[in-house]
Amino acid sequence: MPDAAKTRHVGRSLLRREDRRLLLGQGQYVADLVLPRMLHAAFVRSPIAHARIRAIDISRAAAAPGVALVLTGAELARLLPTIPDHQVVLPSKWRTTVRHHILNPQQALLAADKVRHVGEAFVVVVAETRYAAEDAAALVEAEFDPLPAVVDPEQGMRPDAAIVHEQFGTNLIAELSVAKGDVEEALVSAPHRLKRRFHHHRYAALPMECRGVVSAYDARSQSLTVWSATQVVHWVRREVAATLAMPEARVRCVALDVGGGFGVKGHVYPEDLLIPFLACKLSHPIKWIEDRHEHLMCSCHSRDQIHDAEIGFDNEGRILAYRDRFLVDCGAFNPIGSGVVYNTIAHLIGPYRIDNFAAEAKVVSTNKVANAPYRGAGRPEAALVTERMMDLVAGHLGLEPAEVRRRNMIRPHEMPYKLGILYRDGEPIVYDGGDYPAALEQALAAVGGLAAFRERQRQAREEGRHLGIGIGCYTEGTGVGPFEGATVRIEPSGKIVLASGACPQGQGMETIFAQVVADAWSVDPDDVVISLADTAAIPMGFGTIASRSTVTLSAAIHHASERLREKTFAIAANLLECGAGDLELRDGMVGVKGVPDMAVPLGKVAQAARPGWDHSRPPGIDAGLEETYYWEPPTVTWSYAVHVAIVDVDIRTGGLKIERYAVAHDCGVVVNPMLVEGQIIGGTVQGIGGGLFERFAYDSDGQLLTGSLMDYMVPTASDVPDIALAHQHSPSPLNPLGVKGLGEGGAIAPPVAIANAVADALAPFKAEFNVTPVLPEQIVAAVKQATGRTS
Amino acid sequence: MKPAKFEYHAPATLEAAIALLAQYQGEARLLAGGQSLVPMMNFRLAAPSAIIDLNRIPDLGYIRAEAGTVRIGAMTRHRAIEFSPLVAQHLPLLAEAIKLVAHLPIRTRGTIGGSIAHADPAAELPMVLQALEGEVVARGTGGERVIKAMDFFEGLMTTSLRNDEMIVEVRLRVMAKQAGWAVEEFARRRGDFAIAAIAAVVERAGEHCRKARLATAGIGEVSTRLTAAEEVLERDGLSDTAIAAAAAKAAELVSPLSDQQSSAEYRRHLTGVLTERALRRARALH
Amino acid sequence: MAEPIAIRLTVNGKPYEGRCEPRKLLSDFLREDLGLTGTHVGCEHGICGACTIHFNGEAARSCIMLAVQADGAELTTIEGLANNGEFHPLQQAFHENHGLQCGFCTPGMLMVALDFLRLNPKPTEQEIREALSAVLCRCTGYRDIVRSVAAAAQKMRSSGSR
Repeated sequence: MPDAAKTRHVGRSLLRREDRRLLLGQGQYVADLVLPRMLHAAFVRSPIAHARIRAIDISRAAAAPGVALVLTGAELARLLPTIPDHQVVLPSKWRTTVRHHILNPQQALLAADKVRHVGEAFVVVVAETRYAAEDAAALVEAEFDPLPAVVDPEQGMRPDAAIVHEQFGTNLIAELSVAKGDVEEALVSAPHRLKRRFHHHRYAALPMECRGVVSAYDARSQSLTVWSATQVVHWVRREVAATLAMPEARVRCVALDVGGGFGVKGHVYPEDLLIPFLACKLSHPIKWIEDRHEHLMCSCHSRDQIHDAEIGFDNEGRILAYRDRFLVDCGAFNPIGSGVVYNTIAHLIGPYRIDNFAAEAKVVSTNKVANAPYRGAGRPEAALVTERMMDLVAGHLGLEPAEVRRRNMIRPHEMPYKLGILYRDGEPIVYDGGDYPAALEQALAAVGGLAAFRERQRQAREEGRHLGIGIGCYTEGTGVGPFEGATVRIEPSGKIVLASGACPQGQGMETIFAQVVADAWSVDPDDVVISLADTAAIPMGFGTIASRSTVTLSAAIHHASERLREKTFAIAANLLECGAGDLELRDGMVGVKGVPDMAVPLGKVAQAARPGWDHSRPPGIDAGLEETYYWEPPTVTWSYAVHVAIVDVDIRTGGLKIERYAVAHDCGVVVNPMLVEGQIIGGTVQGIGGGLFERFAYDSDGQLLTGSLMDYMVPTASDVPDIALAHQHSPSPLNPLGVKGLGEGGAIAPPVAIANAVADALAPFKAEFNVTPVLPEQIVAAVKQATGRTS
Repeated sequence: MKPAKFEYHAPATLEAAIALLAQYQGEARLLAGGQSLVPMMNFRLAAPSAIIDLNRIPDLGYIRAEAGTVRIGAMTRHRAIEFSPLVAQHLPLLAEAIKLVAHLPIRTRGTIGGSIAHADPAAELPMVLQALEGEVVARGTGGERVIKAMDFFEGLMTTSLRNDEMIVEVRLRVMAKQAGWAVEEFARRRGDFAIAAIAAVVERAGEHCRKARLATAGIGEVSTRLTAAEEVLERDGLSDTAIAAAAAKAAELVSPLSDQQSSAEYRRHLTGVLTERALRRARALH
Repeated sequence: MAEPIAIRLTVNGKPYEGRCEPRKLLSDFLREDLGLTGTHVGCEHGICGACTIHFNGEAARSCIMLAVQADGAELTTIEGLANNGEFHPLQQAFHENHGLQCGFCTPGMLMVALDFLRLNPKPTEQEIREALSAVLCRCTGYRDIVRSVAAAAQKMRSSGSR
């Protein structure tokens, strides 16, 4: 870990260097990109949830003004026959140990034989303007033979269900199971048992910037550039190159300013491949910018899991057995394979000591938009089950929910704690530090304390008002592999250049990694030049998903810098005619320890490192002052938090106000406190959105009922409370800086903290809230059911 | 989401606008604020052959108080209404309701004429027109006529305006100085259309309720007056019991809609709750 | 007529001329015809607020206006806030208080906040939240935007700027 005396920028709330261009309106998002001769694409999207495409007539569309090309899925399949299988695959360590069975219903770039969800594209139009392309798209005539729509995973598993992907003969496209201990025996012998069904509903990331791809082919160099609003530039580049049978060296993928991702931009979509194909075919740059209506019906949705969970516990509320069987409503495709579903399994146990555990998951195809990761990626679903169960156990025994948690929480002295099951990287889960009980106390204190609240609640009830308190705890595996890379290079100008395949979407990476590099090299952050999200800047990269970039990139920077420092010192020693061991980095220079005058600027060392005539390298030292290091994490490192919500429920309308909300959070060493808080608050508000407002609704024919922002309700500034934050810092032992990931965490606990709070507020009515979102109508119905009358 | 092509006209006079309306025989749409029309056109849910832009016609936006009536030109922006001292003084119910209409940038452009002609069942202004027993002045090729609020809203987003008619003015009687009033709206988020809303105006005379007016938004297909509930109050006064009875009556009277957000039963339930709350607040204002 | 129509307008104090179909949205006209890409498009149905500009001094959604409606108008966009590269107090406050992450909603937040502060120079936190509910943000959770606007309000009152 870095020397405390030398750390100068990590830990400080440096203002962001990204801000200037964004505040001046000079950001460059993919929609802002204009290239000469650029043409615009628009898609014809299925109006029906499940059908065979009988016939398509594109003649009127093709003849429309300004149209360059109209292409059907069938025609495209003739031009581009083989799309490589690009479902995410978990490492062999996991595959050979965890019981699983996974099929890949790979999505065609354009649907050819069938359409499988409302919104699936089956024709693409390219025209001079987006307006003209949409006009032509409206002229495409298609005939469908409708098939029954599968809109519910249980329905999808019945023997008479229509099959979404006929080649599999089933809608059950994945099954996984994990167990430790003997859950059957433990359930049977437990003094108490509780069984419940939970549904964490379907909602999604909804970044303010929709997706978009611009691509241009340069005939002179036979090279292709793809600008995509993506979180994974190297993955996009790899798939584009494979699909178009081009060397990767001839394909460059860049993400410009990306207006939020949160996971929905974290994999390769059909458009990422189709737009580059069209650019090559038409020899024009092609631009496609997704509009919001499209976004709601083709960018991936998330969550949507139904859990049947059973818990066995003793008279003290200690959990003896935990069994969970759940279904994932996967939608029509499954690009991330078992990633999300296994995340749920791995996070069910949470911060608790549970010796007997079994989880079985089934992933089911339905005629809805594909299900892929969104901030939390399977963990919020797990938290809903576990944290509601904690409250139900408490209710059953007449205990405080906080007390049940305390009795089950793993204690700090038990760290590192082996959970007994694997993470999705194939490694055994080991909680690597932290104090869960202290976080619980901190969060409760931050809302004014539990005892004080219970007194307020009692008084309020006498006045006919209903306050409630709800807790949500979680642990979160962060900084997952397989790797991330950093190239660190010192320029003759003295600037330090950092290049990486990490892909920012608002996290402030240009700022925080300047802080990390500045500390590593004892320079000013302004002297660090950063290149991210560009495959031309570094050969290999993974990208930014799964709360991983702070951990993986800071470690890669550390190791690259360590190696480069050795070389730097060797050359500097040569220049200064001293021993390398006498040297230190200070203020942009390499100098002899204790001798202020004997120093040489880093830029001079870089000049000295040049190849050819008049270099000043000692023998045996190769030219150049650059190192690339791909850091492969040993496994994930574990963040955690406790969320507490206090709600004021109007039982007559069902309306509720979140009166107070607190988060006690641990992400290890903090690089930039201001940015960390921004991430936690942002995630928490998205979680509140999921818990109360946001919802995708489909009817029984698979029609999407929430196709605009009027229907899909994103929380606004007046819908969310101010959020109190408390911090703990248990440094990670798994990376040089001791950092842990935090990008997703905020979104994990709010739905269940709110459900618990509402159930607590309605305790006199013995109402349970095991389904999200918690809606006013449900509150009114619960009160009516309990009292037998409407109030 | 780009609109389909249309012929565009920006007439300089009211007469020219009306002539164009008649010429297109229902195939043209008037562009006032555009805050409802343009989104529909962007979704291509509306694809009129022609747009008649009213924004170049002078003197269609005004707020005047004359002889006990406030006359508001059809092109008056919500924003002007929000900050109008005349409205604050003479039509406090409108002043309160206008703040619930969407958000400031929408109110910059949205117009009272546009909102009332559009007749979205969940919009606040038709409800205010009903509660204050306002009048709509319509002009067409056949001349001008005055339509009472109760006769104006016919069905889901349908008014009694003819194809060649447009609203030119909205008239609202100055509220009585001793009137109590309230708007109770239930929406998921601030600025949303109402899931259910009740506007109440009451005038007391000693122990009695001389006049009660109750109007809805968001509940059914159209904004309605709850006359039978008003009669309960005018007969029995404004006691807690009478208010509860009027609220129960209101819940019976409505024909609530079901949609992906809320069931009809829940809207009916809200009708009763909001009526009671609106009346209690209106009574307290007295 | 659906023929292209000439448009003359002032944006950020500068005169501009353009020509477009009557159906072209003002947001697209600003971005494509005038090259002012600081105004962002997030929904094209008037809800998200990222496209908010000032139309004759008042905040309005450019995605639900036709470009032809701006003929003869004075518009202000995010590009017009700074003074020769020097931040407006609002921009400075957003920078100092982490009022932006991805920056996509930021043009809308700034333009709504500016209109709001001119109408209400001494707002409470509740009033700020209500005003900012006009623009959606997915990154920040709004806390730091609210703080930024509160800080800007104070700065603008003490320096007398608008």
